[in-house]
Amino acid sequence: MARTPEGPPPPPTVQRLRVHYAKRGRLRFSSHRDFQRAFERALRRAAVPMAYSAGFSPHPKVSYAGAAPTGVASEAEYLEIGLAQRCDPGRLRAALDRSLPPDLDVLEVVEVIPGPENTKVAPFADRLEASVWEITLAGVEAGVAQRAVDLFLAAERAEVSRMTKNGLRTFDARAAVVALSAGPRAAGNSEGPCAILRLVVRHVTPAVRPDDVLAGLRQIGDLAPPSAPAVVRLAQGPLDEPAGTVSDPLAPDRDAVGG
Amino acid sequence: MPVESLFARLEPLLSQVQKPIQYVGGELNSTVKDWDSCDVRWALMYPDAYEVGVPNQGVMILYEVLNEAARTLAERTYTVWPDLESLMREHQVPAFTVDAHRPVGAFDVLGVSFATELGYTNMLQTLQLAGIPRRSADRDTSHPVVIAGGHSAFNPEPVAEFIDAAVLGDGEQAVLEISDVIRRWKADGGPQQADGRADLLLRLARTGGVYVPSLYDVSYLPDGRIQRVAPNRPGVPWRVTKHTVMNLDEWPYPKKPLVPLAESVHERMSVEIFRGCTRGCRFCQAGMITRPVRERSITGVGEMVEKGLQATGFEEVGLLSLSSADHSEIAPMTKGLADRYEGTQTSLSLPSTRVDAFNIDLANELTRGGRRSGLTFAPEGGSERIRRVINKMVTEEDLIRTVTAAYSAGWRQVKLYFMCGLPTETDEDVLQIADLAKRVIATGREVTGSRDIRCTVSIGGFVPKPHTPFQWVAQLGHRETDARLAKLRDALRSDKAFAKAIGFRYHDGKPGIVEGLLSRGDRRVGKVIEGVYEAGGRFDGWSEHFSFDRWMAAADVALADEPVDVDWYTVRDRDHTEVLPWDHLDSGLDRDWLWEDWQDALSGEEVEDCRWTPCFDCGVCPQMGTEIQVGPTGKTLIPLTVLGDGRDEVLAGSADPAYR
Repeated sequence: MARTPEGPPPPPTVQRLRVHYAKRGRLRFSSHRDFQRAFERALRRAAVPMAYSAGFSPHPKVSYAGAAPTGVASEAEYLEIGLAQRCDPGRLRAALDRSLPPDLDVLEVVEVIPGPENTKVAPFADRLEASVWEITLAGVEAGVAQRAVDLFLAAERAEVSRMTKNGLRTFDARAAVVALSAGPRAAGNSEGPCAILRLVVRHVTPAVRPDDVLAGLRQIGDLAPPSAPAVVRLAQGPLDEPAGTVSDPLAPDRDAVGG
Repeated sequence: MPVESLFARLEPLLSQVQKPIQYVGGELNSTVKDWDSCDVRWALMYPDAYEVGVPNQGVMILYEVLNEAARTLAERTYTVWPDLESLMREHQVPAFTVDAHRPVGAFDVLGVSFATELGYTNMLQTLQLAGIPRRSADRDTSHPVVIAGGHSAFNPEPVAEFIDAAVLGDGEQAVLEISDVIRRWKADGGPQQADGRADLLLRLARTGGVYVPSLYDVSYLPDGRIQRVAPNRPGVPWRVTKHTVMNLDEWPYPKKPLVPLAESVHERMSVEIFRGCTRGCRFCQAGMITRPVRERSITGVGEMVEKGLQATGFEEVGLLSLSSADHSEIAPMTKGLADRYEGTQTSLSLPSTRVDAFNIDLANELTRGGRRSGLTFAPEGGSERIRRVINKMVTEEDLIRTVTAAYSAGWRQVKLYFMCGLPTETDEDVLQIADLAKRVIATGREVTGSRDIRCTVSIGGFVPKPHTPFQWVAQLGHRETDARLAKLRDALRSDKAFAKAIGFRYHDGKPGIVEGLLSRGDRRVGKVIEGVYEAGGRFDGWSEHFSFDRWMAAADVALADEPVDVDWYTVRDRDHTEVLPWDHLDSGLDRDWLWEDWQDALSGEEVEDCRWTPCFDCGVCPQMGTEIQVGPTGKTLIPLTVLGDGRDEVLAGSADPAYR
């Protein structure tokens, strides 16, 4: 017979909070697993009264949504936590931010207001329909980048290959791209040419990542940046397809709290 | 002169390598001090991958001790994997520290902690990437002083030409003393003198606690044995002594353990509950060179656990030592800690427990409410006869009694560690491991009434080490080791009633021969290490990088003109009169006592532990001016509200701290 842990089951979840955080600077080189470990230790240092799963190796209730790839910075990462005691979201944000290393920054914490009983609520991850990416291409003239972008957007498909856990996969990187534009770096910077791409990509399976779009730009538009591109996710959330914009995924929660 | 960060040059390379997080630093509790406000600067290196090096207690302790000292700073560096190494060479990025990415070559000291000899080639890699000349003789005052520490520093002769100095024993006080010597040397204008570097090394050697190989000449007999090792300057001592920190409660380090973002080999916080061991296992270099036993008090341990958990957020605490269940207050300590952390999802572990010191109450405290997956014991030798030879006094009845208790209390898996190739060992001694494992399974099935019982036998080749009673003995050759292991495997698999319940893990004999060559080697072995490095040897502790053939080929070339070869260093018996390469390095152990203990081993005579019986004159305490420090103190751990600190701050409805 299987043993079960002695003592009462863990206390139930009484409050759920959504956390908006950023991965910046040199800590953009952390993988999602690295972030998970750091975050769960920060929860313990900040003495957050987490709810735990039952069993012999209880886990704190944390669900992560749509994490940015290793090496990519992000201003728009989200997760959700379940608590065994009610907390003040503002103070919890400050305590968590203090407990994380610099460059892993907690930007906002919003309470999830449960709907009326017996109503089915769509999971938070469903709100993350698309991402806005900014790609900095040092050493590339904005005009050169723009020509490659035009060719890419004019193409029907952009077959690219990427090494995944299951081997080399080939897929289309074009269809998921909702918007793509190129421009020069903001004035005042005089360190040679530099193009900035702004990219809106729908979340699909298999995921189309900024490096896949860059591979497509290389193939179709012959765009070959001389140095490693710097990529940052500016936003992720519900997609307004015609406008090519992404809205704040926490807005409905904030409205519910305010109402 | 300000030293610039290399990070901007490193950053573009990081997107092209595996696990880039290991190179960026920024770990919780790491420290970056201002370069110009310090005048003694240490780069501390663990010569293995970041994931192995970052949890290392020795480096973590020295890092904190040095950074706490005024005008002194310490940063860390680890071995870079081949993918980054080749990019660094291509883009001419020199070796860097992970803390502030300062060039290793700009520091005053490069301190390398050798837990094992298999890190020697990795040190050569760092020297080359840092632009530091490989040989001590070729360095000048612009280069760091390269100092070896760790257990391998008790025989640093194979790397004698590559290091400038070695420090034996505990580092806490030694690094501060060395810092003072460097500070005075700088104040005296040492760096500007033409012979400044020689002057600094002489100053270090004259303290008596720093071994400077270049200040000792080694002469050889025609047959290859060492004739003499003698200092070549006035004021340089004939023997260099090890350092011993007394009163561990005064050195509660690390106070704030590093919390890496990257995954490491030990995902837990460690608290050293005592240092040293006098059980007297004759194969165990750690037990011999770290004497006497010095316990941290129960209250000292409690405080370190409390502060450390608050500083780190780790979920597991390892109570570390060479034989943790031997602490005089282990029972109240584990009970007190289990009480304090009940319900906080914090687990406790004792990494090293002896079969005879294990008891079920202790094990129950450690797994209160948690999982009972597996227990690990190390009988080391398969037969009672061989266990008497190695002085690991564990009877078969002890072991069976212990596993019976463990299986009855809910454990289902027992791991047993052994060695192969122990002195006087025959096939019969090793084959008895199979009988023992079968008895363990049979006992487990009997007391539980279940067939769901497992036992894993893990076995590796024995490597004789300096400063142990087995320092004179011939190592078993790798072919013989492999043949004996094959016989054991067959014996374990032949009995169908048990074959599926017994797991078998073994290490083949070849890496042990290289470890043996480096452990008991002398200065002539340096050329072998160099040859292996030149041929691409790195990460020799990793089976996927280790190449036995590369080592043997390098040895053939390097030792071609010498009357010695690999067999001479490894599978040869030494006699009492032979000068051993480390005889001038003083671990405190009396050489004659070691020899007598070796003779006792041959006749199967056991030695007791001096914590419980009168002193048996190993020599350490009188030689070093130290004494055993054990409890019990009689104190207890009072209940504390732990890990809840700060909770009021986040709870809804409590007063906002800003307005309190």
